[in-house]
Amino acid sequence: MELTTVWFILIAVLWTGYFVLEGFDFGVGMLMPVLGRGADGEVRKRVMLNTIGPVWDGNEVWLLTAGGATFAAFPEWYATMFSGLYLPLLIILVALIVRALGFDYRGKSDDPTWRKRWDYAIFFGSAIPALLWGVALTNVVMGLPINAQLEYTGNLFTLLNPIGLIGGLTTVALFLTHGAIFIALKTEGDIRREARAVALKSGAVAALLAVVLLVSINVSTGSFASWITAIVAAVALLAGLFAISRGREGWAFTGTFVSIGAAVATLFLALFPDVMPSSTNAAFSLTTTNASSTQLTLTIMTWVAAIFTPIVLLYTSWTYWTFRRRIGTQHIPAVSVSTAGTKP
Amino acid sequence: MNAVDIARWQFAIVTVYHYFFVPLTIGLSLVVAGFETAWLRHRNPEMLRLTKFFGKLFTINFALGLVTGIVQEFQFGMNWSDYSRFVGDIFGAPLAIEALLAFFLESTFLGLWIFGWDKLSPRLHAGCMWLVSIGTLLSAYFILAANSWMQNPVGFKYNPTTGRAELTDFVAVLTNKVQLVTFPHTITSAWMVGGAFVMAVGLWHLRKPDVGKNASMYRKATRIGAWFTLVSALGVVATGDFQGKVMTEVQPMKMAAAEALYDSEASNAPFSLFTVGSLDGTQEKFSVKVPGLLSFLATGRFDGPVEGINEIKAAYEKQYGADATSRVFSESYTPTIPLTYWSFRIMIGLGMLGALIAIAVLWTTRRDRIPQHRRWLWVVVAMPLLPLFANSFGWIFTEAGRQPWSVFGVMTTTSGVSPNVSAGEVWTSLLTLTLLYAALAVIEIKLLLRFIAVGAPEFEEPVDPADQDESAPLVFAY
Repeated sequence: MELTTVWFILIAVLWTGYFVLEGFDFGVGMLMPVLGRGADGEVRKRVMLNTIGPVWDGNEVWLLTAGGATFAAFPEWYATMFSGLYLPLLIILVALIVRALGFDYRGKSDDPTWRKRWDYAIFFGSAIPALLWGVALTNVVMGLPINAQLEYTGNLFTLLNPIGLIGGLTTVALFLTHGAIFIALKTEGDIRREARAVALKSGAVAALLAVVLLVSINVSTGSFASWITAIVAAVALLAGLFAISRGREGWAFTGTFVSIGAAVATLFLALFPDVMPSSTNAAFSLTTTNASSTQLTLTIMTWVAAIFTPIVLLYTSWTYWTFRRRIGTQHIPAVSVSTAGTKP
Repeated sequence: MNAVDIARWQFAIVTVYHYFFVPLTIGLSLVVAGFETAWLRHRNPEMLRLTKFFGKLFTINFALGLVTGIVQEFQFGMNWSDYSRFVGDIFGAPLAIEALLAFFLESTFLGLWIFGWDKLSPRLHAGCMWLVSIGTLLSAYFILAANSWMQNPVGFKYNPTTGRAELTDFVAVLTNKVQLVTFPHTITSAWMVGGAFVMAVGLWHLRKPDVGKNASMYRKATRIGAWFTLVSALGVVATGDFQGKVMTEVQPMKMAAAEALYDSEASNAPFSLFTVGSLDGTQEKFSVKVPGLLSFLATGRFDGPVEGINEIKAAYEKQYGADATSRVFSESYTPTIPLTYWSFRIMIGLGMLGALIAIAVLWTTRRDRIPQHRRWLWVVVAMPLLPLFANSFGWIFTEAGRQPWSVFGVMTTTSGVSPNVSAGEVWTSLLTLTLLYAALAVIEIKLLLRFIAVGAPEFEEPVDPADQDESAPLVFAY
């Protein structure tokens, strides 16, 4: 296989890893106001936060690795995409910044106002990237105005077309479902039961949106393989929803995990062999060959990835195993920090 | 200002800001890992309390370093897309490797460390912080390899067909002679910040009237921090000396700009401690000079020759000229002299002052002494900041001194900017990020001060993960 193809697959894998992992912590962030209501809302919020506490940061590194790998393996792709999607990426950056600090800083004061502000940061910081990644990725696959110099010639509103917006709503609905199932899998008590109900509702919406999105993409630019993965995505999602309706959370999570993975695979299969098709003129499209690095760089990077990716997967899995225990309201200590004697 | 200038300001602001958190992360991870290992070895409860205390401060600082780091990786493509196209074949690899080797390691094992007190064996738990510390070093190595390549591009050739720089020797990139001196200089500088922080926090608590039984613990923190600062400072001086000589060799303009030396000196070039000159730095009004010192810094001999700005500029104009076919075009080959001149001095001055203060603190806390005079309060306030700002000015010097180049001798900064990103868009991001960062700085400083004031938590015997109650509250929870 051509090294450029290998690296296209690897970058698709990194984005897939990012969406299947960060997808559920985006979902948890978006569900904070939904499942964190009521008299014990504060404790419920903390239960939810602690399900993703040890892992969200590692999940986000998949994005950084995807970005770095794109830079290394396909510099032209990295340059065109990141400069072209300038404002959406700026919004995503701001969202990811306030969200991460929300996780880390929210519990560092017992002041309700302080916590409420970080709650907003966590909610919007999760919902906005969940939406914008879907919009951006769908647009990249469907083609964007790119000129002969490989520069993006559109603007922010170019991205806000019907199919792009459906893409964004699909990722939001998928991540909501994925997050709700993750909460059901990792908690116990009322919150677990409520999370299951939310997962079924958002899952139904996600299934509908995902079918519209994946069929539209496949009709316009699909291949045999991308049709197959689209079917896998749909079946896995429905199987996951069936499992959650039966209270089988482990299988349900596997279902949404596979479904999101297969949906991302569908987008990348529909994209191949282009990496950024031009809607202006097919001759201006960035492809795996004209956007790639040299053979030498790709060879070195292949060795590095072959050696270190398994190690990363190994210790990441071990982390999830270490924190496998369910969390209930009784596990949440009364004060989250030793702020004794200080005023917020 | 045009789009290029705004993009440069943005890069300067977000990078300097990001680097406020980096040295403390590198320095503190090592100190915290050391404290925890000391606890495991000697079972001194003070060491566990210090581990938890500085561990918490570390995580507050790490969070901001992490989130501002995402901006760093994205902005090459967002604001400097032509640069990214041109260098991606070489520059992208260390960035990707940094993410794969270092970021996963740091993030995953810090998560385990924070939440794993009751889930991991004590040795494994300490091991997590060591891995975080190793992660910070790996991260530094690869990102500095990328930066060193910009300072001294090696292991590549220019391909006129694609118009890009292409990798020919990756080992040469990773063992660039600039990299080999920059890495130890950067790491020891970062350790100095970590040491100074621990020293200042310890001293502040030690001087409090109600320190009581905690005096011995905070004295340990103060003195360990001071020794760490001092030893690191010696490393900074030694590596800085090597670095100066390598820099003179690969970028003579930068050394000339460090001294604002306009005309070459055949020997005994003096180093001025400070100069009062005209605003553009071309006219000298008054200065205090140390004879021969610049020659020594540049060549290792007090009678060594040092080239001046005017001669180097003339040589560059001849060598690079105005070549319309490459991505290089004619600009002034002189960096902003007052900026390089003063940042170089401030870097050295603040660093040396930091080292002297560490010596003074070691002296004043000898045996069982507690420094009572009010002036020591100033030391507490100033201390972490002196080496920290020395770090900032070091970077400002080395980056500003390379201008007008982004890749020395190969590509100018101006030609690397994203051609399709409008001035309005860059203004938007510059203002957004600057305002956001300013607000976050206020929050971060408040949080740090609050948790410094709370002090080390009381000693609690750690829970053994083996015989832990399933329904017991989490030892650490958000």
